[in-house]
Amino acid sequence: MSETLINITLDVWRQNGPADAGHFETYEAKEISTDSSFLEMLDIVNEQLIDAGKIPITFESDCREGICGTCSLMINGQAHGPNKGQATCQLHMRTFKNGDHITIEPFRATSFPVIKDLAVSRAAMDKIQHAGGYITVATGSAPDANLTQVPKEAADLAMDAAQCIGCGACVAACPNSAAQLFTSAKINHLNLLPQGQSERWKRVEEMVDTMEDFFGTCTNHGECYEACPKEISLDFIAFMNRDYVKAKIKNRKLAGQNG
Amino acid sequence: MTATIDTPIKESSPALDSKVPEGDITNLWENHKFSMKLVNPNNKRKFEVIVVGTGLAGSSAAATLAELGYKVKAFTFHDSPRRAHSIAAQGGINAAKNYQNDGDSVYRLFYDTVKGGDYRSREANVHRLAEVSVNIIDQATAQGVPFARDYGGLLDNRSFGGAQVSRTFYARGQTGQQLLLGAYSALNRQIESGGVEMHNRKEMLDLVVKDGETCGIITRDLLTGEVESHSAHAVVLATGGYGNVYYLSTNAMMCNATAAWRAHRKGAFFANPCYTQIHPTCIPASADHQSKLTLMSESLRNDGRIWVPTEFDDNRLAADIPEAERDYYLERKYPAFGNLVPRDVASRNAKTVVDEGRGIGPLKNGVFLDFADAIARDGVETIKAKYGNLFDIYANITGENPYERPMRIYPATHYTMGGLWVDYHLQTTVPGTYAIGEANFSDHGANRLGASALMQGLADGYFVLPYTIGDYLAGKLGESAVPTSDPVFKAAEAEVADRTNKWLSVNGTKSPEHYHRELGKIVWERIGMARDENGLQKAQDEIATLEEEFKKNVRVMGDANSMNVELEKVGRIADFFELAKLKARDALVRNESCGGHFRIESQTEEGEALRDDVNFKHVAAWEWNGEDTEQTKHEEQLEFEYVKLSQRSYK
Repeated sequence: MSETLINITLDVWRQNGPADAGHFETYEAKEISTDSSFLEMLDIVNEQLIDAGKIPITFESDCREGICGTCSLMINGQAHGPNKGQATCQLHMRTFKNGDHITIEPFRATSFPVIKDLAVSRAAMDKIQHAGGYITVATGSAPDANLTQVPKEAADLAMDAAQCIGCGACVAACPNSAAQLFTSAKINHLNLLPQGQSERWKRVEEMVDTMEDFFGTCTNHGECYEACPKEISLDFIAFMNRDYVKAKIKNRKLAGQNG
Repeated sequence: MTATIDTPIKESSPALDSKVPEGDITNLWENHKFSMKLVNPNNKRKFEVIVVGTGLAGSSAAATLAELGYKVKAFTFHDSPRRAHSIAAQGGINAAKNYQNDGDSVYRLFYDTVKGGDYRSREANVHRLAEVSVNIIDQATAQGVPFARDYGGLLDNRSFGGAQVSRTFYARGQTGQQLLLGAYSALNRQIESGGVEMHNRKEMLDLVVKDGETCGIITRDLLTGEVESHSAHAVVLATGGYGNVYYLSTNAMMCNATAAWRAHRKGAFFANPCYTQIHPTCIPASADHQSKLTLMSESLRNDGRIWVPTEFDDNRLAADIPEAERDYYLERKYPAFGNLVPRDVASRNAKTVVDEGRGIGPLKNGVFLDFADAIARDGVETIKAKYGNLFDIYANITGENPYERPMRIYPATHYTMGGLWVDYHLQTTVPGTYAIGEANFSDHGANRLGASALMQGLADGYFVLPYTIGDYLAGKLGESAVPTSDPVFKAAEAEVADRTNKWLSVNGTKSPEHYHRELGKIVWERIGMARDENGLQKAQDEIATLEEEFKKNVRVMGDANSMNVELEKVGRIADFFELAKLKARDALVRNESCGGHFRIESQTEEGEALRDDVNFKHVAAWEWNGEDTEQTKHEEQLEFEYVKLSQRSYK
């Protein structure tokens, strides 16, 4: 596709620190190549702001390939913008047309406090991981990798869950700011595998309980799935809920016994 | 086909004691583990270790050290350890498991890696890497890393990067993310249990050394701007490579060399900065605003044919160029290997045709990678099954449909083999400071094989450093860490704060990004895929001139007391300037070609890298001598007792 140049108007959320009330500011982005990425468009706006002696817009990004989960923008009210299965850094300007008006906001959730402008803290997601997002296996103690066969279907499903990049779009998209999709992806990645069975029930209880300390309640809107750049399935939330209920009635002292 | 090359025996610089033990290489590491000093379990908690960086090497090291009982403080400038750039690795991880029964072994992986590195790595380190590679797969699998499996439920492998055996383990196209999540999960367990004190969003801005020994680091909190001291008995740098010195690379935006460079300025020798891997199949830059480049798996070269028009400045669409006016230059020049020549050969030839003015695309900066023949031969569905996700990535970035028109590709910087010089213990020339993963220079020589970066990061972090660091710490029993109230910390803090604040007062006219981009152009042009004496001399002058302007004319907006991305960038770019100058010098004095370092003056008749083993069979390790004095070069002579020196040939 040949490059075209477009002019767009941006309404960008500016907030000078966590305590600031914040407000929108309007910027004109002129002659933007449709081949540039959305974040490159913001780079250009920022360079123009610096040239004019103004403070550039703070936003976060790193890999710019949709895998590190650092970028986090609400674009016209949608987490990561209008295209399905993409992170903000994968969005290109050819999605937009000349004269478009684009509103850019940070991911909004009580548990994601704004640091500055479009940057937010997603530290609460790490807390869920600390609570049980691991299999206890000290370095050096692992048996041969092929000792345990893992059915391909189980391995593939675990991989589907493991694809989560931890960006928090699910939380930002949810009217309740719930983190069920993220948490369920993390739990199921491990709970679906034979290696994860010893700590399965403890893991689901502790991670769900920690999630509830920070995030809202799931009421099955499904917005999380729509926003997820890795299109993590809602099925995982059902698996998580099932495991959580089972965990509550499991007597772990007897869990080593069959039947 | 290959003749053994005899070279004179030379002495290494006395400043570089590689500490490689004597003995047969096959049980060198095993024996050495026994001979190293141990710290008993009750004493481990008395030692504090700082780990900087939380990619594969850093996370695995921090978790393992904490499991052993050391008091660990880990630092990342990201908001979470999981975001480190290891996450972006696509292809896979090598290990000598021989699960495919195709004749793989530790020795073969060792052999391939030394040869692939074009005889510029240290044999003992590489053999150890191959030995522990098998443990990595066990460890990662036990952690729940969802490697691909066959229908029987056992682990699957693929072949990679010219190896003759299938030894690469993979997890869809995101092996890096999955391995990092594994190491991060081990780290999480230690954070939860108190074994690791995790510091997110803190950037290391200096190494602190007292009486010649490491005593801690200085960090800046990226949210509050606070400059802090952290003391420890040892510091482990796992801070990645310097590929972003080129500005455009496949590295993430924040990848930088500052931590390693600051250690260099405090006495850690910097080795082989001229070694850079340029990956042949990346998507070309689309305009000046390009912020980074995206890698396309080189597996595409199995079915795609690479060509450019025979005419200069041909503006026709690919479909309008008849067969007779196409130059399939790799097939023409290398009939035996064709489009599958090694990475460096493919990259250099692309540069040649683009420099000639036969490049394609709007900016004339690429070559075609054409699947038309493969689609006609195998059908669209077969090609889609093999490469569908890659074609989607390409279409998304370029807006072009690669099923209908050829892809445009061009080489881009991808990985840096040079880094901080380390001995067999992975210790730098500053006692108590270690470097692991891409941050050190040790295992890949002048060229890294595909799927070996993940292997090395995890080998260092899980299975090497946790042993070798004990040998150093055992000698420190009874010594407490230097308190952060010590004048040496206070002076370092003041220096870091001054350096940071200085940028805010320059008040120039151009953004930090502008200078980074301009620096990158020089480094890419002069110290890129092909280098010569004249260009390297010019590079030194051009970099120095631009650096002068940068220091006087950069404009950093905002303040130092809150999140300020521009302020973070400017310090990293300043260090890139210094590194770029050393890189040019290193490339200039290494008057031979080897692996990723190609000197135009030193090539075979076929245009291959021509080594000069008589004069350059060494590691060049540079010692910092202060701001106004050039670095001193030290040489560690390399010996090839097991993998005999030979010249590679593609005839």
